Amino acid sequence: MSFSRIIVKRLLGLILVVLGVSIITFIVSHLIPGDPARLIAGDRATDEIVANLRHTLGLDQPLPVQYWRYLSGLVHGDLGTSIRTSRPVLEDLKAFFPATMELALVALFFATLVGIPLGVLSAVYRNKFVDQIVRTISVSGISTPAFWLGLSLIVLFYGRLHLLPGSGRLPDGIDPPTSISGFYILDSLLTGNRPALISSLRHIILPAFTLGFVHLGVVARQIRSSMLEQLNEDYIRTSRANGLAKWTVILRHALPNALIPSVTVLGLAMGDLLYGAVLTETVFAWPGMGAYVVNSIQALDFPAVMGFAVLVSFAYVLVNLAVDLLYMVIDPRIREVS
Amino acid sequence: MSTATAAALVPVSFDRNSLRYRLGLVWYKVRQSPLTLYGLAIITLVFATMALAGVIAPYDPNAVDLGQRLLPPSGLHWFGTDEVGRDLFSRILYGSRQSVSVGLFVVPISGVIGSTLGCFSGSIGGKVDMVMMRMTDIVMSVPSLVLTMALAAALGPSLFNAMLAITVVRIPSYIRLARGQALIIREMNYSKASLTFGASRWHIVRWHVLINALPPLIVQATLDVGGTILMAAALGFIGLGAQQPTAEWGAMVATGRNYILDQWWYSGFPGFAILITATGFNLFGDGLRDNLDPKQKAS
Repeated sequence: MSFSRIIVKRLLGLILVVLGVSIITFIVSHLIPGDPARLIAGDRATDEIVANLRHTLGLDQPLPVQYWRYLSGLVHGDLGTSIRTSRPVLEDLKAFFPATMELALVALFFATLVGIPLGVLSAVYRNKFVDQIVRTISVSGISTPAFWLGLSLIVLFYGRLHLLPGSGRLPDGIDPPTSISGFYILDSLLTGNRPALISSLRHIILPAFTLGFVHLGVVARQIRSSMLEQLNEDYIRTSRANGLAKWTVILRHALPNALIPSVTVLGLAMGDLLYGAVLTETVFAWPGMGAYVVNSIQALDFPAVMGFAVLVSFAYVLVNLAVDLLYMVIDPRIREVS
Repeated sequence: MSTATAAALVPVSFDRNSLRYRLGLVWYKVRQSPLTLYGLAIITLVFATMALAGVIAPYDPNAVDLGQRLLPPSGLHWFGTDEVGRDLFSRILYGSRQSVSVGLFVVPISGVIGSTLGCFSGSIGGKVDMVMMRMTDIVMSVPSLVLTMALAAALGPSLFNAMLAITVVRIPSYIRLARGQALIIREMNYSKASLTFGASRWHIVRWHVLINALPPLIVQATLDVGGTILMAAALGFIGLGAQQPTAEWGAMVATGRNYILDQWWYSGFPGFAILITATGFNLFGDGLRDNLDPKQKAS
């Protein structure tokens, strides 16, 4: 199958998935016992006002009609209006997106930077003491409640040691850098804003570590198992027999091959990080989409929750597609098979 | 211990296909890995705590004593007290019943439903299989935490609804796993042979597919118990799980958050309990995977 045919096929599948996700979120949002019109109008509104509002919002229409209206809005990029903020959901999400993305990228960078060496060590010293330590770290990574790790770090580094700030993206006294990408670190680098750069770096350390720690385990495990597979291959033995140094063989020959299957895991991790941010952002009062969606859920603001779910699912499927294509580019064997 | 001694431990006349032999082999291998044993020890400890909470707990978990508010850990109150003077150690012991039972309730139910559907889907194939796969695709592309949170919020905040939401969201991954196994097993000679002897589809699913798909499903389930406990704790933390005054670890961390800078123990100990319990199940599941996964055996 040619490259373009695969892309077309996957894009068609993507439409199907987004359609399905919209149905799921629509059904879930209609499970709520409360009356959305009443929620928007408030407790003191008269029944007449509520009835009028219900009519304007189309809530008095049959469910299929409501779904159709929701879907046609979705196609035009209209995710509805948030009950809590009275703003279009898409606008809200756009405003919060850069903060979440910045946090997720830094966390992914950290998880990869630490996870890959740990995975390599663990595979090379399989079943030795080092391996046990690395496996303990990676298992505790996936077993740690992120919200608790975040709180503990706040207690230690903010409460006791006074080393790092415990919440937000910037302190009160410092203005955000001129917005270019919305990422504070990148923007302050580009505009040469030193105070904002230092502050935003200090603010991102704890939340990024919290978010990244969970994924560090996932990365280390993946690298460990694909390294083990590579280290058993004949070419490794041949290289060693030819007199190449042990670590040259490991780092130059085995590692690049072991990284190929890990691309999938890293791609998926990016998707996971985006919504894993939900809890981390709540703990660190990080002004991103995650904190926004938790507040929306607690306020039963379902247009906002639905919008978030649809958007993130869409992003997730896109990332998956990109990863699969990347995979085919770097590993010719897969192209041939498919 | 070397392989030679391992072989010597198993009598030659033993039927190598019997369940007892296979379980014995798994147990033998599990014993070789200290991490797996630690996991097993933690799980045993957690179960013992659940069963004996009433006996071990020094105080009534819901006994309010306003004179003893927010006390630090001491000989009297090992883990300190909360904002209304309840003993945190006793509350954590009792809390294990709430937090851990979520995993023990959710995993078997979603596992059985998902595996059965997956085995059928894979064995039947064709359009049924295609529709099933598209449906799981869709559910799995919604972020699981967000879907669970939305479902739990829509159903109304309570521990039972949280469990229900987690169960629903977990089913597709079992469908996927069991279906993959069913596809492999369907093509095995023994399945084809039974088909030629006139075995029904149900017979093949029951006697070949389900039984042979079991090892990876068990591994997945063990790892899932840890994941489910974390998910339930996260829901409790956001306020969508167990409600006051029920002692539940996630909710305790959430309340303790209000006192976090001065009374670290309030959030600290319940969170640590979640960490230890989830680690136990994950270590054990990891060890099982190493021993039940044929790919790992080769290396």
